[in-house]
Amino acid sequence: MKKIIVIILLGTLGFYTAHTFFDIGFGFPHFEHGIKDVYLQKTVSDLKVSNTVTSIVVNFRGFDTLGEVTVLFLAVTALGGILYKRRHEVGERSVLFSASSIVTSGSKLLFPAIILLGVYVFIHGHLSPGGGFQGGTIIATGFLLMLLTYENYSVNHTVLSLVESLAGIAFAGIGLLGFMHGGTFLQNFIEPGVLNNLFSGGVIPIIYIMVGFKVGAELTGVIYTVLHEKG
Amino acid sequence: MNNTYFDLLDYMIYGTAILIILIGLYGALVKKSLIKIVIGLSVVDSGVNLLIVAIGYLKGGTAPIFSPGYLANPIKMVDPVPQALVLTAIVIGFGVTAVALALVIRLYRHHGTLNIDEIKDLKW
Amino acid sequence: MIYFILISVLVVLIIGAAVYAIRQKDLLYAVIATGIISLILSILFYMLQAPDVALTEAAIGVALTTIIFIITIRNTVRFEDERDKKDKFKSAVK
Repeated sequence: MKKIIVIILLGTLGFYTAHTFFDIGFGFPHFEHGIKDVYLQKTVSDLKVSNTVTSIVVNFRGFDTLGEVTVLFLAVTALGGILYKRRHEVGERSVLFSASSIVTSGSKLLFPAIILLGVYVFIHGHLSPGGGFQGGTIIATGFLLMLLTYENYSVNHTVLSLVESLAGIAFAGIGLLGFMHGGTFLQNFIEPGVLNNLFSGGVIPIIYIMVGFKVGAELTGVIYTVLHEKG
Repeated sequence: MNNTYFDLLDYMIYGTAILIILIGLYGALVKKSLIKIVIGLSVVDSGVNLLIVAIGYLKGGTAPIFSPGYLANPIKMVDPVPQALVLTAIVIGFGVTAVALALVIRLYRHHGTLNIDEIKDLKW
Repeated sequence: MIYFILISVLVVLIIGAAVYAIRQKDLLYAVIATGIISLILSILFYMLQAPDVALTEAAIGVALTTIIFIITIRNTVRFEDERDKKDKFKSAVK
């Protein structure tokens, strides 16, 4: 009975949603002069950044990104609070069998390469696809590999929270420096340079590198906290 | 003939996204296990992301990246605004899933079950 | 034409994986199916000219979300209707 009601409700919802979206249409520009054109033009002429998504995330909508990073920080804090245990209850991780020597040496070989890929992705965020969020998640994946392979591999929690806090402070501080140069919050106050150079785009690469460090530290913290939970 | 294929293609991406959203919502509404509900919500998340990115697509368009040595035309680029939106939404979605699963683990510690029919008392 | 066939195969696979993830009683298999959904979604994002989103979805959806679900299943129960198979298979995930 419950299933039938749910199916009828979802059918109605799906019909009207599909109707709306098929009216909008797929694959052609929806506006004559949208905000898209301004962003695409200004990212080349003013900011000298190749990747338009990066310039929107960091510069045009930079304040939203600051809020988004704050939400991620709050999620990590809430996770630590929910899974809180007294110190003597925290035990060793339970593993069914330890990893074989092929897995251990293979992951030891792969780990620096994964970290290097992550760093490459967020340093070149303004030139090619990628950026702080992508690079941070790739770094967290590398730490996940090490945590899965070695059962007593541990990440220093103090270093993690230090990296995360310093990166967050640097993001907000760069935003505040924009005020001193007579602009607004997160104003691009460094000379943009030449398009398609590594050192171009003003403050955008600096902010995205900070976001990369912050996201990497936060996601590693999430995995470390959940992995050391024993049922 | 070629045109009919692409007409079908128009409806396919939107249809897939809406179907995935409906399947996920069905799982979240009908199932009894708490982990199954979180799985359903994560499926809904994927569908919404696909729907938002599909709105900004342009037929024959290129990615919104200006490469050196390639004369890019800004008119023929796809809309970068939904992509920037979805980029942050995915990371936030992971945070939401992690917190929800932590709550599931905590509930299991106190009740010894994950069936929502058996978890009746409101106190922990 | 080849583009059409590729998109059709991906669409059929992603809807099949979604239905499997909801209908499967064994939660471990359902979680692997959500990982497959994320993987195909990342290919679809790439075909919709969104390489940034594809990179994020590949790293988060396939690796991190799947592993966090698996850790939760290891700490709680593996099957949806836990009354039937409570102690029979629970140690298999540990």
